[in-house]
Amino acid sequence: MRLVLALASLRRNRARTILAVCGVAIAAAMLLDMVMLSTGMRESFRQLLLSRGFQIRLTPRGTLPFDTEASIADASAVTAKLRARHEIDLVSPVLGASVHVLRGDSSITTFALGVDPTSQGDYQLAAGRDATDPGSLVANEDFLRATGARIGDTLRVAAGFDPQLRTHSGERALVVSGRAKFLYLASGQLAVAIPLHTLQQMTGAAREDRVSLFMVRLRNASTIDEVKHWMRTALPTIDVISTADAMARVDERLGYFRQLSAILGAVSLVVGFLLVTTLVTVSVNERVGEIVVMRAIGVSRAHVVQQIVLEGTALSVTGAVLGTGLGLITARYLNTILSRFPGLPAAIDFFLFQPRAAWTAIGLLTACGVLAGLYPAWRAASLPLASTLREEAVA
Amino acid sequence: MTVLVQARDVRRDYPLEREAVHALRGVSLEIEKGEYLAIVGPSGCGKSSLLNLLGAIDAPTSGTIEIEGRNVGTLGDREVTDFRLRHIGFVFQRFYLLPILTARENVELPMAEAGVSAADRRKRSIELLTYVDLGDRVKHRPAQLSGGEQQRVAIARALANRPSLLLADEPTGELDAKTGKEIISLFARLNADGTTVVVVTHDESLARAARRVVHMRDGVIVQDEVSSG
Repeated sequence: MRLVLALASLRRNRARTILAVCGVAIAAAMLLDMVMLSTGMRESFRQLLLSRGFQIRLTPRGTLPFDTEASIADASAVTAKLRARHEIDLVSPVLGASVHVLRGDSSITTFALGVDPTSQGDYQLAAGRDATDPGSLVANEDFLRATGARIGDTLRVAAGFDPQLRTHSGERALVVSGRAKFLYLASGQLAVAIPLHTLQQMTGAAREDRVSLFMVRLRNASTIDEVKHWMRTALPTIDVISTADAMARVDERLGYFRQLSAILGAVSLVVGFLLVTTLVTVSVNERVGEIVVMRAIGVSRAHVVQQIVLEGTALSVTGAVLGTGLGLITARYLNTILSRFPGLPAAIDFFLFQPRAAWTAIGLLTACGVLAGLYPAWRAASLPLASTLREEAVA
Repeated sequence: MTVLVQARDVRRDYPLEREAVHALRGVSLEIEKGEYLAIVGPSGCGKSSLLNLLGAIDAPTSGTIEIEGRNVGTLGDREVTDFRLRHIGFVFQRFYLLPILTARENVELPMAEAGVSAADRRKRSIELLTYVDLGDRVKHRPAQLSGGEQQRVAIARALANRPSLLLADEPTGELDAKTGKEIISLFARLNADGTTVVVVTHDESLARAARRVVHMRDGVIVQDEVSSG
């Protein structure tokens, strides 16, 4: 009966109730987006790092992967040393460089990854075959679109360019053997993967037997601390970065995002709380006579409170559920915009949907709805009956 | 006859900023089961204050009020609310039906509060609405009913939990003369069927219908007359 009364009370002023639900829904959408933003980018980055199972990255001392042009020398020896450890399952050496695809008098510059196709973890082949042949490459969709190349075409690719002499160096004819999706590159970035040895040869003596990073996959993730310790001792000129280390660095860099989202999320909660409190208070004030009469005919104070709190809760829950849908739509839209942010991997989601985030948003707003209804409910249920009835009669 | 209500030297003061208003100045009154009593007097004489005390929605400043042998002035909020629910029926001048509920749902409300099952509530509410000649209006909301019909729904609601005492504060005050007469005859019928009725009224015809009339002035009972008929 109390639920029936609560819902009927909300139906009495439909327009006001609809407006309030819309307001709560907007607050809920913002809250959900902020909860998704505060955890989404971090979680998305973590998932991306672990997507191919590599738990450790080795980079030149003091750098992050591809942060600078610095590289690791004696790559073959390091690779051999790493592969000799029984805890290590797979080693993927990667060299990053810019290369130029020559087309008559012009050229198109693209990012190239020198990889070992048998152990690489940087791309997923979508069509054709992998670049196992020394004279082949795989390219992403953006590259193929920009160059007009197709699988099977032969391209003239140079690794160096002298702007004063306007000449290219390290030129090589490479066949496009396949199309791939590169996991760690930004949206719209042109990219190719070339066999590591081929790219090292093209880049000349400066990059001979050098790589930008190693990605390492362990047989058993529980040995990670032990392996890291060994690596730091055996390879003192190289930084050893585990996924946890990378996440800690990401956390440092995303601190502002989290603070911003926490503040905006808190503002959304306060707005939702005030909205529900205002509406329930106005509604209660309009019904003082009815409420006092209910108390007079024997409805208990607790039941009056429950009924009014139910009204606030119903508003909040309805708004929160609608807001969840709205929040997911706006998150998708905002994600599309933010994923074009330069330098960030296209695979990163700023707003990663996690059921926990949705439940958190709905739960927080529901709790707000209950709290928002408590004060006006208790006030109404505590009105002195005789004097309020007299005032109502006079009014 | 059995005494249903016993008020002894009841005083009710309302403290104001400068001085207290003495609404009741030592009222003693006995009401027996099955009585039909009207309380009359000029505005501000303390009629409604007395009715509120008899209905346990207010507590006396001093003195005692016993209803069915229980001193209602000493009960806590939860107990007195439950006492009102099960022993007292209220009818107000302005009906105060919940506009969001149908006539039947309004009558069911006190029964739901008392824990009566849905099936029994439904059955009794329809019986009561039929008793007040509104058997064909059970699904109507208050806004779809006339003033007299609304007051009859309010009377049915007051009877929902079979109260031992029915209190009415100016029940014909908002009604035209013809509709007022219908309500007066309904109260007479209720009393004839065994319900103890106490009405506060300015309406002479309603007062004349009662078998006992208590006259009040300045917070005291000045006359207590029982009609011979």
